[in-house]
Amino acid sequence: MGTHSLLLTVITFLPLFSVAALLLLRSEDHAWIRRIALAASLAEFAVSLLLLRGFDTTTANYQFQEFHPWIGQAIHYHLGVDGISLFLVLLTTFLTPLAILCSWQSVQVNVKGFFIALLVIETAMIGVFVSLDLFLFFVFWEMTLIPMYFLIGMWGHDHRIYAAVKFILYTMFGSILMLVAILWLYNLTGTFDLPGFSGVQGIQGMLQSGQVMLPPHTELLLFGAFFLAFAIKVPLFPLHTWLPDAHTEAPTAGSVILAGVMLKLGTYGILRFCVPLFPEAAHKMAQPIAVLAIIGIVYGALVATVQTNLKRLVAYTSVSHLGFVILGIFAFNVTSIEGAVYQMLSHGISTGALFLGVGMIYDRRHTFEIKQFGGLATPMPVLMSFFLFISLSSLALPPLNGFVGEFLILIGTFVGHHAWASWAASGAVLSAIYLLWAYQRVALGEITVEKNRTLPDASVRERVILATMAVAIIFMGVASPIFTRRMEASVKNVIEQANPPQDASRHVLDSPVAPLTQKYLQKDNVSPELHAQPVLARIAERRVQQ
Amino acid sequence: MTPFPADQFANLHRLAPEIVLCLFGLALMVVDPFIAAARKRVLGWIGFIGTLAALAAVHLAVHFPGHSYSGLIVVDSFSVFVHIVVIVAAALAILGSLDYLEQEGLQRGEYYALVLFAAAGMGILAGANELVTAFIGLEMSSISTYVLVGFRRRSLLSNEASMKYFLLGSFATAFFLYGIAMVYGAAGTTLIDKIPAGLMQHSVAGHLPALALLGLGLIFVGLGFKVVVAPFQIYGPDVYEGAPTPVTALLASAPKAATFALMVRVFYVSFGSSSDIWFWAIWVSAILTMFIGNLAALVQTNVKRMLAYSSIAHAGYILVAFAASTPAGVAAVLFYLAAYVLMKVGAFLVVTHLGQQGEKRLAIQDYAGLGLKQPVLAACFSLFLLSLLGLPATAGFFGKLFAFQSALGVGSRPIIWLVIIAAINSVIGAYYYLRVMIAMYFSEPSAEYTPSLVPPALVFALFIAAAGTLYLGILPGRVLDFAKAAADSLTQTF
Repeated sequence: MGTHSLLLTVITFLPLFSVAALLLLRSEDHAWIRRIALAASLAEFAVSLLLLRGFDTTTANYQFQEFHPWIGQAIHYHLGVDGISLFLVLLTTFLTPLAILCSWQSVQVNVKGFFIALLVIETAMIGVFVSLDLFLFFVFWEMTLIPMYFLIGMWGHDHRIYAAVKFILYTMFGSILMLVAILWLYNLTGTFDLPGFSGVQGIQGMLQSGQVMLPPHTELLLFGAFFLAFAIKVPLFPLHTWLPDAHTEAPTAGSVILAGVMLKLGTYGILRFCVPLFPEAAHKMAQPIAVLAIIGIVYGALVATVQTNLKRLVAYTSVSHLGFVILGIFAFNVTSIEGAVYQMLSHGISTGALFLGVGMIYDRRHTFEIKQFGGLATPMPVLMSFFLFISLSSLALPPLNGFVGEFLILIGTFVGHHAWASWAASGAVLSAIYLLWAYQRVALGEITVEKNRTLPDASVRERVILATMAVAIIFMGVASPIFTRRMEASVKNVIEQANPPQDASRHVLDSPVAPLTQKYLQKDNVSPELHAQPVLARIAERRVQQ
Repeated sequence: MTPFPADQFANLHRLAPEIVLCLFGLALMVVDPFIAAARKRVLGWIGFIGTLAALAAVHLAVHFPGHSYSGLIVVDSFSVFVHIVVIVAAALAILGSLDYLEQEGLQRGEYYALVLFAAAGMGILAGANELVTAFIGLEMSSISTYVLVGFRRRSLLSNEASMKYFLLGSFATAFFLYGIAMVYGAAGTTLIDKIPAGLMQHSVAGHLPALALLGLGLIFVGLGFKVVVAPFQIYGPDVYEGAPTPVTALLASAPKAATFALMVRVFYVSFGSSSDIWFWAIWVSAILTMFIGNLAALVQTNVKRMLAYSSIAHAGYILVAFAASTPAGVAAVLFYLAAYVLMKVGAFLVVTHLGQQGEKRLAIQDYAGLGLKQPVLAACFSLFLLSLLGLPATAGFFGKLFAFQSALGVGSRPIIWLVIIAAINSVIGAYYYLRVMIAMYFSEPSAEYTPSLVPPALVFALFIAAAGTLYLGILPGRVLDFAKAAADSLTQTF
């Protein structure tokens, strides 16, 4: 019953196969280990681009599906991508070569192990994004933990062991309860398969068609178990405390992967499992979750402002930015969810780039303390210019990438929940404060520490990394339709699955609020004169009508 | 001359694994005096061949399913499954002992003979369909292990462990025997599969006679002691720590598997209809066992002792599947036992090697930097630890998975809580397993110490254990099917 395309299997396991090649090399042969790891990850990126070529934008169905029985009747090797996971896979394959490149010189101990860990993580993360079988998903989900644990624990900074243990215990606690929930679902439905495949019915279908009814109480419990696992990973306030430690202590490549992709495993999971499988519970819990998300946005921003450690500051921006993603998801609105997916990608790029920049500064000065810097732009004009550019992208300056996601989320959220959007918008302002203030203290003014006067500017390797990132930032900022067009069908599908018929928020689904792409304007149920009206006026009008 | 009666022939085949094990054990004792002290190692290989022959004999017994000796012993898939698990554990323990005994200057024939006798006793436990026969099996395995625990005669710890184990173990077997007497009084039979009918006859208005319940309780005390579940676990860590490490490997795995098998038979076959009563005993015991095992393991600084507590915790997870008291639950128990034996024996064998002469290097900090000094051994140990912790792609993960799933399948509220508690416990467990890995990979190695090479026999044993752990972790299908068939065979009549 298999399928013909092996593309996803190749993409998923190519990094793991290159690990086998690395194992054959002598561990002292650092140069070749680095070269092969880089070549493998670049090849992986090239192969993953093939996904774009064959991707059908008109359907919300999973594409490039592969389906083989694995264990018994219930567990399948079932892969597939849709518009949401497609770009997350690409994000992973895009960031990994950069993570490898940025570790070129900074990692000198146990080089072989380091690159093996990075490549294993890549396989595991891609596996999470492409698995359509809950069991397979869980296996990949857990598979991300151990290599990351080693990355932090072996190649991290001073408090690395504490951070590594905290990271792994937090995540395991969430995921073990998710395992219980997965088994619970299996006992109800008799399968682990999410969407089903020609003849084999999936969990999704059974729950939606009412073939398997979840009592509200059970649904809430299952939703809770899944959500807890994902919320820890995201991380949602107040479950975020592992994140600053893990980020700060991890080596640069670890932080890039952690912030760039791993946090998205959580938001992706919410979008893929929590919301579509347990729509009623998701709606019931939307209010408290959104409140937590907003607290996270504001709190993360405020805490970031007062950090004295540059890397910790960047870590806290993740808490803030991913709050936006959660908020966008739980606003249950095509625009906001599309924004959430977009924000996942652009956060991966911006924050990944921020960590790369911080890592480059660290390579020169071996400290993250902001006090130790000041006036760095004088000795390192190129590096610090890039750093400013990246900061601007992270604080959502138009027309850079961060703006698109945040704006879509805010505008989508605003349609249904004015208060949520207003509070969240304050986070966008705060992000300008903490990032620009940090930049000012690090880069501008007179050189305060004499050691900094002679720091070398960005090397060719570093320029390549930063320029690649800058290109991605601009590209995602100005060419967002390339992305959103491919997401649209899948996002709508999520919304459809997420909305129980009696739900009141349905009327805001096909929002006429048209961001950038303007595509929602073509809906025939929207009157043409409505286009011209500004959003606020239209909402006021609706108020009056009510 | 009368021809050899066919049923006698079949009976002998059904008992073939035990016969082979005992014959090899006897042969070892006979041959022992004729082997020069310097060449005693060959006795270990004879013992190993004995276990291989026993595995072959299990294969022989498979062709003669059914009862033998008027129903005392039964050969069904269940007994075959447990036989294989027990004998593999014994074989691995023997391989691990070869160099250990050499290094400790304890190389002697009776050691291997005792391992084989213990294995034979456990084989009887696995196949016993009658309580007094089971008692004989229990005694055979217990007495052999009492001696093995005290095999390091010059070590105080070893002596203390042996004495403790012997005294408390005798009590436990006495409880078991007393329980048998009461069950016999209530049911009028000691044949495990006939007890339900016997109880039916003597029960008033469908209620189980109090005598039978009391007997079952005492049997639980006796067997609970042997599988080291709370509240009978106190002796466990002391004995496991004091015993020579390869013996600990055997003790923590094979007797547990065999005694759990007997427990399943008694509780599930004889008292299956009253599972709602004994469920609570198992429930309480499971929760206590998991918490005591895991919490106590958190604070250990001695790897051997930590693994001892971890094996208590694992008995708790097995009890979770046990509490399901469904065929799926029994299958999960069996699968868990198979996975558990491989990873636990593997872990203890690594400790055997790293302990060095006199078992001096057992503290966690002694493992510092192992990942750099002996990467393969460290990777192997990590695999066993991750499997004990229950990470995917290892045997332990599927063990837990099937245990949780079978328990959730029952769906009652208390058992769902039991699963949640077990899940939380396995996260607690993560902390102490990872602590060893932190030492191995994240700590600086101590400069003055260079570990010795892993001897070939141990490499072989570790390879089998590691390969098995991975096999069960990636392709558990066949073993699970076997376990399911074994669970179904429990209720089948011949």
